[in-house]
Amino acid sequence: MATQHSRSAARIMMAPAVFFLLVWMLVPLCMTLWFSVRDFRPLRGGDNGFVGLENFVRFVSSSAFWPAILTTLMIVGGVLLISIVFGVLLAILLDKPMWGQGIVRILVIAPFFVMPTVSALVWKNMFMDSVNGVFAHLWRFFGADPVVWLSEVPTFSIVMIVSWQWLPFATLILLTAIQSLDSEQLEAAEMDGASPLSRFFYITLPHLSRAITIVVLIQTIFLLAIFAEIFVTTGGAFGTRTLTYLIFQRVLESQNVGLGSAGGVYAIILANIVALFLMRIVGKNLDK
Amino acid sequence: MGRITLDKVRKAFGEVEVIPPLDLTIEDGEFVVFVGPSGCGKSTLLRLIAGLEDVTSGVISIDGADATMVPPAKRGLAMVFQSYALYPHMSVRKNIAFPMKMAGIPQDEQNRRIEAAAKALNLTDYLDRRPGQLSGGQRQRVAIGRAIVREPAAFLFDEPLSNLDAALRHGMRLEISELHKRLDTTMIYVTHDQVEAMTMADKIVVLQGGVIEQVGSPMELYRTPRNIFVAGFIGSPKMNLLTGEEAAKRGAHTVGIRPEHVTISTTDGAWKGTVGVAEHLGSDTFLHVHREGATDPMTVRVDGEFSAKHGDTVWLTAQEEQIHKFDADGLRIA
Repeated sequence: MATQHSRSAARIMMAPAVFFLLVWMLVPLCMTLWFSVRDFRPLRGGDNGFVGLENFVRFVSSSAFWPAILTTLMIVGGVLLISIVFGVLLAILLDKPMWGQGIVRILVIAPFFVMPTVSALVWKNMFMDSVNGVFAHLWRFFGADPVVWLSEVPTFSIVMIVSWQWLPFATLILLTAIQSLDSEQLEAAEMDGASPLSRFFYITLPHLSRAITIVVLIQTIFLLAIFAEIFVTTGGAFGTRTLTYLIFQRVLESQNVGLGSAGGVYAIILANIVALFLMRIVGKNLDK
Repeated sequence: MGRITLDKVRKAFGEVEVIPPLDLTIEDGEFVVFVGPSGCGKSTLLRLIAGLEDVTSGVISIDGADATMVPPAKRGLAMVFQSYALYPHMSVRKNIAFPMKMAGIPQDEQNRRIEAAAKALNLTDYLDRRPGQLSGGQRQRVAIGRAIVREPAAFLFDEPLSNLDAALRHGMRLEISELHKRLDTTMIYVTHDQVEAMTMADKIVVLQGGVIEQVGSPMELYRTPRNIFVAGFIGSPKMNLLTGEEAAKRGAHTVGIRPEHVTISTTDGAWKGTVGVAEHLGSDTFLHVHREGATDPMTVRVDGEFSAKHGDTVWLTAQEEQIHKFDADGLRIA
């Protein structure tokens, strides 16, 4: 079918889409690189010309930089840990035949469809409010002092909110993986004298390893960029400022586009390092 | 030791009774084959013995001890599954070691048994590979190796050869028989293939609809099938079953004549017929002969050198002393 003619026709027809995507990606990238080497403050003097790598040095040497990196890693790591551990457990639970399975599965997946801003607001106002939140009522019911979640344990609160959104995704992927496990393998292990716990660690978990890697990969990419959850809850206060949020503050709150762009370049490098590692792990896993 | 007794064992899935109360004794060291068409309950029966299914009622005892409520791992039985059920992420060595690891056997004893099993099963060169890198026959041997190292009271095989091609199946059949002779351990083997049953078994259990139709040695079943079902199931090609006038003449409702018990002649005989399809196996030829006045063709075994073409006229004579007679209920007469 693919004659010389139809192939070149296909190329011509795909060209606009490819061109559009390329421009869509390259223009912001080039603009970021361009701004990152200039002292550009739109409301405070405008473009003050080329400054070399000064923005890069200033961004890293700022006292907010390393805490922001640490917070980013804590949030990403925490959410990954919670969503994988509970995702595996939920997947095993949902794999068991039970009454109302279809409805339960849909309910479990539902949080994934809620917009980040909405879910963060729901958590902030309905669950974590220290006067009228569900948790506050629960704490008081047991005679304890309500926790002021977003100022006492702000990072953990954000991890909780984001985990709630991403747990369904992990559960969904892991459930499909668990369904492909050959039941004869589990029976063979049972006959071989493996207890339910060793069956889980020796058979089920290795079977899930590839799915877990995929969940880690996809979630990391999205979690490095979480923003709305921080914006509507703590606004970056109480040490919840991630790298993404720091860049946002530099550009919009301090009105220093140059400095923010330099941060953006760092973020691109960080994301690519993570991606490189993850691609390697996935590659190794796929070889097996 | 591996004497397994089933006493009025019954299995029902909800309302559906798969196995009505059933009694069976398997002696120590016996090679027993459960054979029957698909859905006859032979696999379920094996899984009941293994403990992977719970009996609805009745008692299973192993070496005289009641094992009905004993979990599968504690019954001292090893099972080889149809899909082999190897652990794909473990090397062959780790696969074989798995049951010993679970039982907490010391490492040097583990190694000793792995080496012995690998040697016996020709797996020594493959110990560090993963199951995915092995051929079907090798995987089968790993599955057997994993069963051997447990030194079980009895081996359970669930259609272990059905995923192999014909040549390999024949080889593995011999290997499993050889293994049985060497280990002298009870083996229970489930298959739907009567050839496997005939060639391997000390004792065949023919099942249909969860009911035992007959128990006996291969030759007993071949010589004196208890009913029409067994007569038709055991023996290849199938026994010719005649009803009506021919049967009435011999005082039966149905008579059965095996293809090898019919004499063929080009000049004279009891029945005249024309040759239909001829299946040449080399040593033998199976002729499908259309008798005059009969609807179904009769299968006849002749020497491979016997020349008969489609449409030739031949005469057939049954060897009277080899005819099996059955009554209206399908049971054997005398």
